[in-house]
Amino acid sequence: MSDHEYTPKSNFGKWFNDRLPLLTLANHLTDYPTPKNLNYWWTFGGILTFCLVTQIVTGLVLAMHYIAHADMAFDSVEHIMRDVNYGWLIRYIHANGASMFFLAVYIHIFRSLFYGSYKAPREIIWIIGIIIYLLMMAAAFMGYVLPWGQMSFWGATVITNLFSAIPLVGEGIVTWLWGGYSVDNPTLTRFFTLHYLIPFLILGLVVLHIWALHVPGNNNPIGIDVKKPSKDTVPFHPYIVIKDAFALLMFMIVFAFFVFYTPNILGHADNYIEANPLVTPAHIVPEWYLLPFYAILRSVPDKLMGVIAMLSAIFILAALPWLDTSKIRSAVFRPLYRQFYWILVADVLILGYVGAMPAEGLYLLIARVATAYYFLHFLIILPILGFKERTLPVPLSITEPVLGGSSNLAAARDDSRLEKLK
Amino acid sequence: MSKKKTERRDFLFTATAAVGAVGVGATVWPMIDQMNPDASVKALASTEVDVSSVNPGKTITVLWRGKPVFIRRRTQDEINEAKAVKLKDLKHPEKDEDRAKNPEWLVMLGVCTHLGCVPLDQKGDYNGWFCPCHGSHYDISGRIRKGPAPTNMEIPKYEFVNANTIKIG
Repeated sequence: MSDHEYTPKSNFGKWFNDRLPLLTLANHLTDYPTPKNLNYWWTFGGILTFCLVTQIVTGLVLAMHYIAHADMAFDSVEHIMRDVNYGWLIRYIHANGASMFFLAVYIHIFRSLFYGSYKAPREIIWIIGIIIYLLMMAAAFMGYVLPWGQMSFWGATVITNLFSAIPLVGEGIVTWLWGGYSVDNPTLTRFFTLHYLIPFLILGLVVLHIWALHVPGNNNPIGIDVKKPSKDTVPFHPYIVIKDAFALLMFMIVFAFFVFYTPNILGHADNYIEANPLVTPAHIVPEWYLLPFYAILRSVPDKLMGVIAMLSAIFILAALPWLDTSKIRSAVFRPLYRQFYWILVADVLILGYVGAMPAEGLYLLIARVATAYYFLHFLIILPILGFKERTLPVPLSITEPVLGGSSNLAAARDDSRLEKLK
Repeated sequence: MSKKKTERRDFLFTATAAVGAVGVGATVWPMIDQMNPDASVKALASTEVDVSSVNPGKTITVLWRGKPVFIRRRTQDEINEAKAVKLKDLKHPEKDEDRAKNPEWLVMLGVCTHLGCVPLDQKGDYNGWFCPCHGSHYDISGRIRKGPAPTNMEIPKYEFVNANTIKIG
């Protein structure tokens, strides 16, 4: 970080800042030098912060009306929808907010994959991000259980039963998770407690995520190291703030479209039937954002191996900074990686699609091929590509390509890098 | 390297750490164990079912410990079919005689051993049960024949209290 010494202007400010340097922090966040070529894919960090705050605020309000009891939960949700003032609005924002949160996080993750933002020196930012993603999935899963509909109940049954695949202690762990011999009231009350807790854990991790980001600074679309502050950076405020704000507004239009026009399209009709432990819905599907992993789980014909494959698909991401052996960050200068990147995007979308379809016939075959390719991408293609690929020449600074043909080329280049060349 | 003499302070460190570990363990355990089934859950351990109205070829489902139990009165054809299966064709080899002591009555937990869904009656490739969640097929003895489930559907502890009543648990 390149923080110059900051002194507050007012005497009170000085007095306060000497005792608690909050104003120094505010100044750091305002002046924070940011690469000037950040595109709109970089606005999703701010959008995700908005999503987290939205979920916490609407969740807090819902918890004032919701009753976490197996006999009353379903009715209390209907009570929120019908009786509570604006209850329908708050619940629809919360329910669709979860989907919007995942939409944004997937764009954020795939942004990192394209521009190599997970590579040194940003591995810790990336790993904290993966932990946040895992916690998001846990929070979303437990939140989906709370309305105590058929999908809630059977989703909870299937997911908790994943632990029964563990040899010897699996059954004991499942009974412990349930607090009984099936998903029931004790399960509901503990899920509610944890669902309330996890967003605050995420909030703490977001602080660490941003802190770790502010040490090396942002990656950027051409993926080169940027000297900060320099001709290649702009202060966070107002340049990035206004860009983030504009992107957030666009995002809120999409969000509002779902909330006001198709509030249930991302949910499942079966969840408006109260939980019944005697009848499993004909077709259990998780929420759309978990479908690719669900497809991986179902594509393996063995129970334990299926669970291992599904968990590996997530945890493999944490090893990505070391699996990708290429020194070049941005896919802009990696012609082969760029193609494999889009194949991976297609692969994950295909997995999501077959995850929503019955696990039989052609769908099962496609799921198996797509699962195999997913692991192939991370375990074989990425490590080899780093050695084999002929990358394109990387500019020395962000400004260089702009002033490339001009006589000001030397001036445009980063001074320190120029010195190294001499 | 010269052998280091154990000093009084080494003993104190080790002893303090050991007592501390026991103390932490004793404090954490109640926090973990409180999540296990409580006394009121355990108290609902057995259920009695009147099966006099079940006709051959029909299955009833009753709730025991929050889980469905299938009670099927099998026809003679179904019993013959279940007994005719060779053990080597089974993923989890169990004789039908060991699963249904009274061959007319099959009493089993209606819970798929894959991930806990309730299989559907008289569906699937083996004329028994079919789990819609992830496609496990069970035969008329509740044995896994095809699909991801690792074992046969579980047989709970049960007994005939009299000719018409089954006590589960």
